[in-house]
Amino acid sequence: MKKSKFSILTNGIIKENPILVLVLGTCPFLAVTTQASNAIGMGAAVTFVLLCSNIIVSLLRKIIPDKVRIPCYIVVIASFVTLVQMIVKAFLPELDTSLGLFLPLIVVNCIILGRAEMFASKNGIVDSALDAIGMGIGYTLAMLVMASVREIVGNGTWYGIEIPVLVDNNILIMTMAPGGFAMFGILIAIVNKLSHGKAIKKKEFGCEGCPSAAACGQAGCTQKEAAVK
Amino acid sequence: MESNKIVSVSPHIYASTTTSTIMRDVLIALLPAVVASICFFGSQALIVEVLCIAVAVLCEWVFEKICKRPNTIGDLSAAVTGLLLALNLPVDIPLWQAAFGVFVAIVVVKQLFGGIGMNFANPAITARVVMLVAFSGTMTTWAIPNFSDAMSTATPLAIIANPEAVSATTSQATAAVVKLPTLLQMFLGARGGSMGETSVLALLLGGLYLIFRKVITWHTPIAFLATVYVLTALLGQEPLYQVMAGGLCIGAIFMATDYTTSPSTPAGKLVFGVGCGLITVFIRVWSNYPEGVSFSILLMNILNPFICEWTRTKPLGGVNA
Repeated sequence: MKKSKFSILTNGIIKENPILVLVLGTCPFLAVTTQASNAIGMGAAVTFVLLCSNIIVSLLRKIIPDKVRIPCYIVVIASFVTLVQMIVKAFLPELDTSLGLFLPLIVVNCIILGRAEMFASKNGIVDSALDAIGMGIGYTLAMLVMASVREIVGNGTWYGIEIPVLVDNNILIMTMAPGGFAMFGILIAIVNKLSHGKAIKKKEFGCEGCPSAAACGQAGCTQKEAAVK
Repeated sequence: MESNKIVSVSPHIYASTTTSTIMRDVLIALLPAVVASICFFGSQALIVEVLCIAVAVLCEWVFEKICKRPNTIGDLSAAVTGLLLALNLPVDIPLWQAAFGVFVAIVVVKQLFGGIGMNFANPAITARVVMLVAFSGTMTTWAIPNFSDAMSTATPLAIIANPEAVSATTSQATAAVVKLPTLLQMFLGARGGSMGETSVLALLLGGLYLIFRKVITWHTPIAFLATVYVLTALLGQEPLYQVMAGGLCIGAIFMATDYTTSPSTPAGKLVFGVGCGLITVFIRVWSNYPEGVSFSILLMNILNPFICEWTRTKPLGGVNA
């Protein structure tokens, strides 16, 4: 099944949104989305690392031995994360303090490793780059929506700008962990409604319903399904 | 052939008790506390209570309309939840915050988990805890009640927990003494606190009515109160004072006895009450929070399935599973 370039790009935005549909990389998603400025910074950093690592992994996909592919991906990803971290430290020290540990932790972010494993190692450079951009946009958008709601409701500000009325009547719990989880659930529900238009039915839990089915290539679950039938 | 006869297995016992009669009894039992709250905190108390009940019923009705579920506002459970939450709030709470709390109780805690009988935790308690975290400022600002010679608006438990801090926040003119209410004031309700929790007398009247009407049994409240009494005595606190302070009475009588979220066997109820009492005392004595009744009931609500499993009645002639 060959996909068009445009559908590869738009795939990551809603249909296979890395956070809200694939549910990858949720830890920084819950932790740093208390301010919209954090979300943009984190989104940009992840998108950059994702783009670079997808291109390199795609280039090296025929050279990397299958057995040691994960360590190889990690080395590639870690190099770019170190790069990003140094740049942020040098030019945006404020962002560095507010993102804290979650910036170096991009190394083990499932989205980047997941796209390297599921997409870049099986596709050409152009497709991998488009996939990375789409996924990066999807990630940044999800972060921005989440952070905006949490900052506006929880803190009464948006991007640091105080919003009248709301700033004196903030619901503090939204900036804490419980509010983050609640908002995460609400966003997943909305995206589910947008992409399916109805609650997911049981049969869609198989390969047909899996958003990663096209990139998966592991016949494992198809065989299991066949065995069950 | 369709008919309106219902086929069911024995025993065929009919009781006139329904959800709505039980909830009506709970509302009646809460009346003394409502009267006491208006007495001590003025007409604003009545406004908050009416608002909470109205929002609770409205939330329930709208949510069930949207989800096409059967309408359950007639069973009065939403009204009980709204009133209970109102009685657990400080009288000066901004009305929109009270409405937010009711929304959390009815929609998030009760309806999203499937409506009446399906919620894993007591809606009013959970909403109170959410509000305590969300609005920590207004939720711990207490009004000076009528008929009291209180110099400070802090609750007795807050004074016990941290006398220096309370003295520091009291204004210069009154900073001389921050004194605790007397035992009689505690019993009648002339002290700082949530609207409905201050009057032990009113709550006891309601509790006795519920036990008399067989809506609740004595096990959970007595186990809860006795555990707090014994443990605080052992830890060198004033036990009678600790039992009457804070939200312990309203929690033990009205919140910990919620059918859905507490065990149904007598043994289970005793375990539940003792667990609540232990957690309450631990939080009061060793944590940063002066009061721990709502946290203790919420935590025991979560443990409830395990207590039920553990204390299940063995069938006659049956073997241990």
